[in-house]
Amino acid sequence: MTVAQFLVLAAALFSLGVYGVLTRRNAVLVLLSVELMLAGVNVNLIAFDRFVGDGIAGGQVFSLFVITVAAAEVGIGLAIVLLIFRNRRNANVDELDLMRL
Amino acid sequence: MSAFAAPLTSLVLATAEEGGHAVEAFSDGGWVAQGAWLIPLVPMVAAFAIVFFGKRSPLQGWGIAVGTLGFVALYGVVLFVMNLGSGITYQGAVEVAEIGTLGGQPLVIEWGWMVDGLSIMMYFIIGVVGLAVFVYSRGYMEGDVRYTWFFASFTLFAGGMLVLVSAPNLLQLIVGWELVGVSSWLLIGHYWEDHANSSAAIKAFLTNKVGDAALFIGVIIVAVSVGSFRFTDVMDVIAEGGGDSALAKVAFWAGLALFIGAMGKSAQFPLHVWLPDAMAGPTPVSSLMHAATMVTAGVYLIGRMFPLYAVEGFADEVRSIIIVIGALTLLLTGLIALVQDDIKRVLAYSTLSQLGYMMVAMGAGAYTAGLFHLFTHAFFKGLLFLGAGSVIHAVASNNMSAMGGLRRFMPHTHWTFVVGSLALAGIFPLAGFWSKDEILAATQFAGSDASGFTVTQGGAGLANFVLVAALFGAFVTAFYMTRCVYLTFYGEYKGEGHPHESPKVMTYPLIGLAAGSVVAGFLNMPGLTDFFTDGLGARFFAGFRNLEHHAEALDLPLALIGTAVAVGGFLVGRALWAGDADTQQARDRFSIPVLYPLLRRKYFIDDFYMDGVIRPIRGPVARAVEWFNGHVLDLIVNGAGYLARLMARAVYWFDQNGVDGVINAMGLTAGAGGGVLRLTQTGRVQQYAVMIFAGVVLLVAGFVVF
Repeated sequence: MTVAQFLVLAAALFSLGVYGVLTRRNAVLVLLSVELMLAGVNVNLIAFDRFVGDGIAGGQVFSLFVITVAAAEVGIGLAIVLLIFRNRRNANVDELDLMRL
Repeated sequence: MSAFAAPLTSLVLATAEEGGHAVEAFSDGGWVAQGAWLIPLVPMVAAFAIVFFGKRSPLQGWGIAVGTLGFVALYGVVLFVMNLGSGITYQGAVEVAEIGTLGGQPLVIEWGWMVDGLSIMMYFIIGVVGLAVFVYSRGYMEGDVRYTWFFASFTLFAGGMLVLVSAPNLLQLIVGWELVGVSSWLLIGHYWEDHANSSAAIKAFLTNKVGDAALFIGVIIVAVSVGSFRFTDVMDVIAEGGGDSALAKVAFWAGLALFIGAMGKSAQFPLHVWLPDAMAGPTPVSSLMHAATMVTAGVYLIGRMFPLYAVEGFADEVRSIIIVIGALTLLLTGLIALVQDDIKRVLAYSTLSQLGYMMVAMGAGAYTAGLFHLFTHAFFKGLLFLGAGSVIHAVASNNMSAMGGLRRFMPHTHWTFVVGSLALAGIFPLAGFWSKDEILAATQFAGSDASGFTVTQGGAGLANFVLVAALFGAFVTAFYMTRCVYLTFYGEYKGEGHPHESPKVMTYPLIGLAAGSVVAGFLNMPGLTDFFTDGLGARFFAGFRNLEHHAEALDLPLALIGTAVAVGGFLVGRALWAGDADTQQARDRFSIPVLYPLLRRKYFIDDFYMDGVIRPIRGPVARAVEWFNGHVLDLIVNGAGYLARLMARAVYWFDQNGVDGVINAMGLTAGAGGGVLRLTQTGRVQQYAVMIFAGVVLLVAGFVVF
């Protein structure tokens, strides 16, 4: 197995995520797509750690960090989405332009 | 003569301790003379104290003023008595500044105090007569709107006069001279609500300035040629004798200029015009300033500089001018007194006449006679003015045509006024007799030097002319005083209301001065007492021997002639005015053609000054000034204005277009940029994300390519 195969997988995952972030209207699905992008990044980190590792498993440690941070981020993100939905009965990203104010 | 100036930094008292200086046979006066710097200082401080605290003090400033004069009087009496015992000569000085060098010698400005016969006599007069006048003023000025201010300026005058007479140098003399000038201006114009009074004040001030200009010139000539302002240094140069010294070469002009200065202050013909108008001031002012002290400053100056006029080779020829001016003054002004209705103006012209006598004595070289007359005159003329003030206080008018018969209402004023009149007329044995007799005796020396040598052409003729003028003046003096007494105190009362005797605070000073008028003459009875001659002899220039003439014994024929002339004046006056009341006024207007109008118009001197000098100068000068103002000054001012407007316009344009342009451009740029960038701010998360990804792609592409 070569590193290129892993990189292709990671790029595919990332691209899917980007696509989802940019096109999905539902905020929950946007967060889900962000998770896909993070998964692609994690694949990259693991693959490079396996093939050009520094001997102390830095890539794996970083991917654990990413998973942890992503979990926290989703926690907060879902809380925000839940509150927006409660207030507006709607969680469509393209209808939320409160940031313009 | 050693210098005893000390730097200003050292204490005045310390200077005084070192400053003693004794000429042989004279004492230095001890601590009394050393402390004499207090004499001018106390009134100067008191004047300002009255200005600031007078209204809050219990007696409205009168208490401070009288306390001050009481101090001066006490000091003057102590010094006077000491001086009679043993002559005092002392001078203290404090160096104020050094104003460069003159011929290798530093020219020093000093503040000092002189304690010698001459200045002690002046301290005595100012203190004693001044105290009487100040006490009297309380009654006279009661209810005046500027009561406190009156005493402030009057005390300032006393201080200025004491600065003048305590001056040991010419510069300090000028300071005092101008201080009395300004307080004279303040006090003549005391009732300034009436325009005539403030005009009189300005007239007095400006006429004096004519003399002052000459005084400055004289002081500059003396100071430059001697190299010092100090009298003692000037006297040293004169004592060395005439001929070679720098002072001797210019002495005539210096003496003449100083005399013209004295003419202004002592109101000598033709600069006498201010004194009668100065009667616009309150009567106590007329009494102390314009009779007893200030107007005698000119005589004092001649006395202070006497060796300059007495020693051959210096300004001895000026004496001929002095004696002629003095004789003209005593003759011409005495006659005007005959036709005045205002009682104060009668006394004012009388004062002018008596000042003429003093100048005659000075011009004749009779130092003692001139200053003795100054001394006695201070008492009886101060008394007469206070008496006139008492009358004016009672009848509320200055005019004798509104008086008459007042001896019944005002017995004290009456008898003191008569004593003063007799003393002024020179009736034996009152003060005026002795001093006037001295002057008559002195006129024979007119035009000659101390040893009797005739120094000017026509010496004998001049002496005869002056003697006749002085005798005629004595006749006129008795004549107008008789008229004044009869019109005021005898006959029927012609005024309104019921006159009453003045309060005691006014009559006691009258009685005191009357006593002075009786006894002052006994100080110098020729051949019998010579206290005054000896007292005055205690001088710094005691080194000059036989400098002046004074009578060794009473000149009996001359005394008899003088008395006879005065009695004659009295009898003629009595014949004219002692009649019944109905014809009194009619006879007063004795209409002698030519003479009467001439006297009424005061020889047209005032008209000459107004129409001959002031108006011809004022008209063209005013027109020239107007033209200069309209054409030159306005041009400059308008040009400056036009230039300023041009510059303002340029600045305005730059401000509107340059500065505002930059600011506006910045604002517009920011606004436009914001308008464009505003479009990207949609608030849509996904659009932001697109931009972020686009940015990342661009960056990556950039990294890859480059």
